[in-house]
Amino acid sequence: MSRQRLNQWWFIGTLAAALLLMLVPLPGALAPFKPYWPALVLLYWSLESEDRVSLGLAFGVGLCADLLDGVLLGEQALRLCALTFIALRFRSRLRFFPMWQQSLAVLALLLNDRILLLIVRMLAGASVPPASWWFSPFVGAALWPFLFLLLDDLRARLRIQ
Amino acid sequence: MARAHDESSPLFAGNAAGTLRLIVYLALAVVLMVLDQRNGWLWRLRSTASAVVEPVYRLAGLPAAGAHTLSVAFSDRQHLTSENQRLREDLLLANAKLNRMAAVAAQNQHLKKLLDTQHSLGLNVQLARVIGVDLGAYRYRLTLNMGSRDGVKPGQPVIDAHGVMGQVIEVLPHTAVVMLITDPSHAIPVTIARTGLRTVAYGSRDGDSLTLPNLPLAASVQVGDNLLTSGIGGRFPPGFPVGRIEHVAPAVAGMFQVAQARPAAEIERSTDVLLLHDQAEPEGPPDPATPVGPPASLEPAAGGPSASPSGQPPVDRGARP
Repeated sequence: MSRQRLNQWWFIGTLAAALLLMLVPLPGALAPFKPYWPALVLLYWSLESEDRVSLGLAFGVGLCADLLDGVLLGEQALRLCALTFIALRFRSRLRFFPMWQQSLAVLALLLNDRILLLIVRMLAGASVPPASWWFSPFVGAALWPFLFLLLDDLRARLRIQ
Repeated sequence: MARAHDESSPLFAGNAAGTLRLIVYLALAVVLMVLDQRNGWLWRLRSTASAVVEPVYRLAGLPAAGAHTLSVAFSDRQHLTSENQRLREDLLLANAKLNRMAAVAAQNQHLKKLLDTQHSLGLNVQLARVIGVDLGAYRYRLTLNMGSRDGVKPGQPVIDAHGVMGQVIEVLPHTAVVMLITDPSHAIPVTIARTGLRTVAYGSRDGDSLTLPNLPLAASVQVGDNLLTSGIGGRFPPGFPVGRIEHVAPAVAGMFQVAQARPAAEIERSTDVLLLHDQAEPEGPPDPATPVGPPASLEPAAGGPSASPSGQPPVDRGARP
């Protein structure tokens, strides 16, 4: 029972940490390289423990992120919903990919996410972002194996399902 | 790993219910976005949720603050001594200039009194610190550690030691968000100090320079010209440095000259900023809210520029998020 509660807290904790990491700025030159943490963590959980992750959860996490970001309510909810839907749909295949293929799949998902964001921002009347804005998905995909192994290892150590 | 409910994640085919749910959620998100864009719900929600949001900002700002503290703690003595020396010299120079300016200021005050205007050279400011938080909107925003509890109001100009940085756009109880002058949807009325030409400086897409897109071809604009706030519109007080022109070229259409300017303020580096409180004195041309033609009774009830409560024209307000 307490084990189950620990599981729950660990799950919520990683998502909250992802939201916090999203807000932490990187020093000037590195700033465009910041990966989109909530998407990565949500991807990990949707691949590893599908019964916890649903579209509703993705929507909720997105709304929290929007509340913190203050850009446009519903923007990240939309992006994370689309991302989670694709990840859950192809979950069985993604899980059995070797790591480099999984990274490529993550890259495609994150690029798709950026395109969605771009469409939303354009419709909202923002200007075209600079070229460095497109670095972030590549950094996210490069970090994916490490994040995946780290979270998996921590989960094994804490004996969390 | 054996899984009991493999039928819920089929290997190839997706189920229609999942797609339907996705469509519902996407539609919900789109509706939220449209409503938010129209009504600014997000900020009302944020000010109600500020008890949660603000501690998260402070928490997220900790690494940046920590890095700053570490860099001070570990920077070598030589560096600190030389920086201290430089600051002392700057202070000395500034004081000397101030002493010289005091006489001029007194004279200015006297002349202004003779001219019967009430613009003062004194500054009524409030010091605020920048919280290192990344708000994701392509980095044209700053978060400050002061909010409505400290008397900060939307529209207040924000400056640093070198020039104008931007203006406050949203206020939470203990936090305020500043739109920088380099934001693509920000515009600030300026004059070119050398010639007195009035124009408008917009933010630019790359986020670290200003664009002056419509300078007349006949106007004399040179690289190195300084831009000052003109005070037109009443949002920014006149006479503050805004930037320095770095590049001038005729526009593609051939009707205007286009200039690029570098902001005078250290937008990327400032950690302490000043919030100006002198925004109640509209400068420049008379208030455009007073209708010249038909009497006010004939004006349509909503929509006119007179809807602006402080009587300021919406020219340099910038876009709301």
